[in-house]
Amino acid sequence: MELALEILPQVLLDGIVLGFMYALIALGYTMVYGVLEFINFAHSEIFVLGAFVGVEVLLLLQSAGYLAILHPLIILLLVIVASMVISGFAAMALERVAYRPLLGGPRLVALISAIGASFFLQDGLRLFESLWRNTFYLNYPSLEFLDQTVPLAANLVIPVKSILVIVMALMTLAGLYVFVNRTKLGMAIRAVAQDPDTASLMGVPVNQVIALTFFVGGALGGLAGVLFGIHYSLVNPYTGFIPGMKAFTAAVLGGIGNIPGAMVGGMMLGLLEAFAASYLSLMTDGAFGAEYKDVVAFLVLILILIFRPKGLLGETVRESKA
Amino acid sequence: MNSKLATLGLCAYIAVSCLFAFFFPQSVLAFLSVEASLLLLYYVAAPRRVKIFLGALVLVVLLPVLGSVNGYYLEVAIQIGIYVALALGLNIVVGFVGLLNLGFVAFYAIGAYLWAIFGSPQANAFIPGGFFPLSPNWFFVFLLLSIVIGALTGALLGLPVLRLRGDYLAIVTLGFAVVVRALVNNLDKPVNLTNGPRGISPISKPPLFFQPLLEFFGLHVAEAKLYPIYFYFLILVMVCTIILVTRRLENSRIGRAWKAIREDEVAAAAMGVPIVRMKLLGFAVGASFASAVGVLFAAKQVFINPESFTFMESIGVLAMVILGGMGSIPGAILGATGVTILNLQLLKGMSLWLNGLRQSGAELTIPLLGSYSLSQLPAQFEPAKYERMVFGLILILMMIFRPQGVLPPTRERKQ
Repeated sequence: MELALEILPQVLLDGIVLGFMYALIALGYTMVYGVLEFINFAHSEIFVLGAFVGVEVLLLLQSAGYLAILHPLIILLLVIVASMVISGFAAMALERVAYRPLLGGPRLVALISAIGASFFLQDGLRLFESLWRNTFYLNYPSLEFLDQTVPLAANLVIPVKSILVIVMALMTLAGLYVFVNRTKLGMAIRAVAQDPDTASLMGVPVNQVIALTFFVGGALGGLAGVLFGIHYSLVNPYTGFIPGMKAFTAAVLGGIGNIPGAMVGGMMLGLLEAFAASYLSLMTDGAFGAEYKDVVAFLVLILILIFRPKGLLGETVRESKA
Repeated sequence: MNSKLATLGLCAYIAVSCLFAFFFPQSVLAFLSVEASLLLLYYVAAPRRVKIFLGALVLVVLLPVLGSVNGYYLEVAIQIGIYVALALGLNIVVGFVGLLNLGFVAFYAIGAYLWAIFGSPQANAFIPGGFFPLSPNWFFVFLLLSIVIGALTGALLGLPVLRLRGDYLAIVTLGFAVVVRALVNNLDKPVNLTNGPRGISPISKPPLFFQPLLEFFGLHVAEAKLYPIYFYFLILVMVCTIILVTRRLENSRIGRAWKAIREDEVAAAAMGVPIVRMKLLGFAVGASFASAVGVLFAAKQVFINPESFTFMESIGVLAMVILGGMGSIPGAILGATGVTILNLQLLKGMSLWLNGLRQSGAELTIPLLGSYSLSQLPAQFEPAKYERMVFGLILILMMIFRPQGVLPPTRERKQ
């Protein structure tokens, strides 16, 4: 019991960091679902692409010798902006190539195309990195600034990396909230999510708004990718699958199509997973350990879908039109 | 007159391609031409009896003979058979009932582990008494058992989730596959059920019940040579059974109910189709096929570990069904054969070819751009490693340009 209390702050911190990451990825799923009613299965690859852009920018800076000269905050800004922009455009391109020709058809057709896109992008990234760097397992170069820690209490040391994740995520989420609720473009996104046909009649350019939604979702995924890479260091083209699935679970948990829901769901799933990873083996005397955290996450998904298919905050979900 | 000519041409083609493959056992092209003869058989306008006879001739006599020349042919044929059976199973769920199941490989894994655990010393770890491995004679009992267990797990998974809308269902089945794989990977403690990532071996092979008969006829075949042919015939029988069952189901009341659900669930319900029961049945039938194939797979491989049951496999089988045409039995067969050949022979062949080029040190001269030494080709560039890219492309291109598949079901073709 004492041990359980002792590790509690650390577990909470891990859970919050993980939760913010899931929330950022989940927003991409949920926004696209909001406007198109379809699961963008390839979003996890957009997330990985962000991580790869981040590591490439850092490695390029390193080989050019700028990594030691520039202020760490400028480096971070550069990395984050580059990966958000590239991921955002990649998501737009994906929508243009693989999804738009299928709009209006059965939803399964679009989903299958998305799965194909996901697989294609995984190996595409692998091929590119193999030819470019001769390996596709890349390590983030360590930044001295990020490896520091801030001691907060006797049993809680906060790494700067975690602070970075939390601060960046909070800023982005606030920015997204303002964008969606207070700007004209945000209003257009909400209008298309509510009713694309009527929005179109009111003069909203639906296709452009859909592309914009993909851009925003992709950029958030790219940000999550960089933060993931900085936090866990190692990335490969296949890292995205499990975080992507979890983030989708988070989106469903909060009510898919619902932006605050994705944030709440991501946070809940992150905390749940951190608790499962740390306490499962304590509770079962080591019989079941941290390796069951994925199982816990998917059991949550199944239970939510059975008992509350609209999610925790999901009143806004429409009935299927198909 | 025309059909006679076609039959004659077909016979000639089969004879030539078989001779070709017989005398050039290393040539991928030769074996491909033999495989193509079956496709030709499907298209040629010959009398039905002739077609069945020729098909049986190729499958029952010629392929095993060729396989005894080059064992790799039989290996490819067995793999094709396994994937055809899996694709036919998934075709019921995706093609007939219209439910996207992304976790199909989970049922395959359940079947494989069922025989692996009890057909090897593994079960001794949790059932004391040293009864295991069970004698090979139990293989057929487990084959039947796996059908029951596969159907049960299929129904068990289906029961809570079948009320979900299409894409939610897809994700939940995917989650189910992840859970099954995580369980298989980690259930080596507290009780060692699956031996975790190290996998299980040796798994008993099926019994050679016909060996006394062979010896009666004075045939002495070494076991190492006999087993591939035996597995080939086992999978052939299994595939034929599955085709027969699927065809009967397709044209039955159940099959019509499935298709009605696929086309319009609300209308089907209004017509009195018991939606949930029919969906469950579809799930269970598909799962039981996969599970039975899993038993055979475990017995053939002798060693299995969780790596054989990744999400990749599910998507591979899905790509087969979609390539061939959802809801079409010939389509599923063609898709499975095509994708397996692509994977096992074409991509591997290209990899070998590229490696050969690399080692030959030849130079590629492009006009205006100068020459480029082929030995500098990056070692990472190996087509065999990029099967995901190929599957991905197949899925996207098929969805955009031909969502009904290469061989769509006849009823839709007529419309």
